[in-house]
Amino acid sequence: MTLGLYPGCSLKGSSREYTESVLAVAQACGIELVEIEDWNCCGATAAHNLNKELSLALPARILSLAEKQGMKEVVVPCAACYSRLTVTNHELAVHPELKQTITKGNGLDYKGSVEILNIIQMLDKYITPNLEGRIVKPFEHKVACYYGCLLVRPHEILKFDREEDPQSMDELMLKAGATPIDWAFKTECCGAGLSVSRTSSVGRLSGEILKDAADRGAEAVIVACPMCQSNLDMRREAINSYLGEKIDIPVLYVTQVLGLALGIDRKTLGLQRHFVAVNI
Amino acid sequence: MSKIGVFVCHCGENISATVDCAKVAETAAGYDGVVYSIDYKYMCSDPGQSLIKSAIIEKGLTGVVVASCSPRMHEPTFRKACAEAGLNPYMCEMANLREHCSWVHEKGDATTEKAIDLVRILVEKVKKNHSLNAIKVPVTKTALVIGGGIAGIQASLDIANSGHKVILIERDPSIGGHMSQLSETFPTLDCSQCILTPRMVEVAQHENITLYTYAELESLEGFVGNFKAKIRRKSKSLDEKICTGCGQCTTKCPVKKIPSEFNEGLGKRTAIYVPFPQAVPNKPVIDRVNCTYYIKGKCKVCEIVCPTKAIRFDQEDTIVEAEVGAIVVATGFTVKQPDFFPEYGFGKYPDVITGLQFERLASASGPTLGEIRRPSDGKVPEKIVFIACAGSRDPAKGIPYCSKICCMYIAKHAMLYQHKVHGGKSYVFYMDIRAGGKMYEEFVRRAIEDDGVNYIRGRVSRIYEKNGKLIVKGADTLLGAMPVDIDADMVVLATAGIANEGSEELAQKLHTSYDSYHFFSEAHPKLKPVETNTAGIFLAGACQSPKDIPESVAMASGAAVKVACLFSQDELTREPLIAVVNRQAAPVFSSCVGCFLCVSACPYQAIEKEEIKNRTGEVIKTIAKVNPGLCQGCGTCVAFCRTKSIDIQGYTHEEMYSEVMALLNEY
Repeated sequence: MTLGLYPGCSLKGSSREYTESVLAVAQACGIELVEIEDWNCCGATAAHNLNKELSLALPARILSLAEKQGMKEVVVPCAACYSRLTVTNHELAVHPELKQTITKGNGLDYKGSVEILNIIQMLDKYITPNLEGRIVKPFEHKVACYYGCLLVRPHEILKFDREEDPQSMDELMLKAGATPIDWAFKTECCGAGLSVSRTSSVGRLSGEILKDAADRGAEAVIVACPMCQSNLDMRREAINSYLGEKIDIPVLYVTQVLGLALGIDRKTLGLQRHFVAVNI
Repeated sequence: MSKIGVFVCHCGENISATVDCAKVAETAAGYDGVVYSIDYKYMCSDPGQSLIKSAIIEKGLTGVVVASCSPRMHEPTFRKACAEAGLNPYMCEMANLREHCSWVHEKGDATTEKAIDLVRILVEKVKKNHSLNAIKVPVTKTALVIGGGIAGIQASLDIANSGHKVILIERDPSIGGHMSQLSETFPTLDCSQCILTPRMVEVAQHENITLYTYAELESLEGFVGNFKAKIRRKSKSLDEKICTGCGQCTTKCPVKKIPSEFNEGLGKRTAIYVPFPQAVPNKPVIDRVNCTYYIKGKCKVCEIVCPTKAIRFDQEDTIVEAEVGAIVVATGFTVKQPDFFPEYGFGKYPDVITGLQFERLASASGPTLGEIRRPSDGKVPEKIVFIACAGSRDPAKGIPYCSKICCMYIAKHAMLYQHKVHGGKSYVFYMDIRAGGKMYEEFVRRAIEDDGVNYIRGRVSRIYEKNGKLIVKGADTLLGAMPVDIDADMVVLATAGIANEGSEELAQKLHTSYDSYHFFSEAHPKLKPVETNTAGIFLAGACQSPKDIPESVAMASGAAVKVACLFSQDELTREPLIAVVNRQAAPVFSSCVGCFLCVSACPYQAIEKEEIKNRTGEVIKTIAKVNPGLCQGCGTCVAFCRTKSIDIQGYTHEEMYSEVMALLNEY
């Protein structure tokens, strides 16, 4: 089984461990992920605020490359990339004249035939149905599943999970042996793009999230977005100083947890790369 | 030789802004057979109508084309004017220059060209028109009122008091509707039950009213003045004539944990139950879904304890057939439940309740006997938050409209809370305060100024539970979208008022229309607010859109007057626009060959077989015949007829053909 993979910038840099764990879990389950050749930036966070056509042309090029390279389904682990690619597919499908401008103007041969899967959709479709008997080390911890903003919104376009109270990651964690907690900050803003420009805002926003998770007894926060992970993990100092207390629960990718449950070693899953030590 | 008059209306600027009306009139004047053509600012006004009447008399017109608006509104107006001038009303046709042309096109030559075409085709049609006479039909002077809430009660009483018979049907075991659930009513804070229950009793005792509770409309046939309704009386599993309403059965019934519909799930009821102590009729029904006997085949405690032996486990539903002349639909509305709001917990927090549930908590007849206690643990909430527009005015939720009653009942709720919980703190999150109505704004000001309710202009993004408190995260937009977090003990959502369950099915049974929100559609939003597009069917109350009590009552009385007007006549006139099978001289008699495809096609069973006999009584031909009393003029038979032997009067083949040829410029 071979699927296309669009890593995007984060998965090649600050969240290498996400890529490592995605590949490790896929490999363990006999799925080959083939990176789209010559991929480019998805335009996330900046492009759609500055230039609508550019924000659609960038993902359109990525998708047209995937089509050309014969891919039917492309896995997009980063929630921001997933959002940009899916929104582009949608916009170009419902606005034929826009599609014309974007494709003609940039010399793209784009059909919109590629199906885009976020990490949870990929796991649900190809991994969890075959988990029977393979969970060798159930992740027996209380976890807070944090979906962030882009994985489930805008619902009208993504049509994935419930936008205000999503459940898919919780179900996945149950299958990995974890106990997801019921909490209120599943889709609250982590501060996302303010990480560099206004770190204090991240301290406040991510702080509220971590505090609620910790107060409700979570031993780990589970994420499926490199931006969420870096804010909750890398910005822990700012968070703790905002909260005035030390919160040391680690922030794991959904694929790292699944990898641990499948018995993959911690180093392969990149657990040593976290800022907040993963001691569970 | 036809003498046609063409009257082009400007409709103020509605038509003349995009259509060159003078040019339309001028062009029409040149058509063969047109002897008079003129344009005027308001053709429906008195001078406009006089213009038509005098032209008919002076020019001896044989046909009239009024080029103005849709015939929906003013066809009767112009036909009446023609009749007054001595012209058969069916020799008057309307070209729809407004809805079909000026409103939907830009100003320009093409728009005027289209207007000219629309006039042209009707000039040709009217030349082929025949004089027709209205059909007289009798009126059954009994009204059917569907729904026993305050609107249905008011309509029934008004019709009954005007001396006509009423059949009132109600889906639930008791009449009273939502009003019976309310605690106090705005803007006077008088007790809802105190003003409603006497009317409920009056309905039950009125000699002109037949009340069927636990009953629904099964089907409806016929037309204005002559409807045939089938009413399903659901089995109450009880002989009502014998039952004395002593209440032994409801006390002894072992199934006691069913959420009470009347108390909006905040109280419990038994399987054999009377919805509330003041119910009318005050006799129980067995809820078969929850009754142990119907589930497991044994129990029968109610039968054992019943002193009059009134329980009938094997009772079946009965169908009552009723002939009625008019129908008032008063089926009311319902409210969205908290599980519609994922951001407010998807209904998983017991202390996030609807406004209707708060009514039950505040009501002296409610589960807490009027004390404000929260559902989860019965504690008196020290801090309470009311959220207006929960769902309403929110296109993202599919409810862009204002539910209209919430601003007022929230003020009332907050006021009642402050009166009952001294020292309690109440907050209202609102978008706008819509308090249009007599003494309404004053009422809201009273809540804010006298009772100290904290009004915060802003929305609530999320509610979550923490350490036994409901954290309400909102924004105060008057303080520059300042975040506001309130740790409340209870939250009341003013959830959107929506169409009642089953309203579309009912509308389909009644052959009347409903809007995109599934509320019943009135015939005209301003001038026919209680009529529907189906003659003889009227609307009252919140089935048309969310309404408060005064409005529902006013609308119900309006509908009742409409019914009384209808019943003041002994005969109704019906449009003669019905199907007829052609008849010719012997030996053909008719081009009908007697295949009777039309009989199977007719949805109204209006076509019969007619035998044509010779002098000796021998049948020489059997042809189709349309019963003019039953035919609705739908035209299905015309399409089915293989030999084109059926015509709809007013829309004959010849008339339609001349319209098409006019459009093709081949006349």
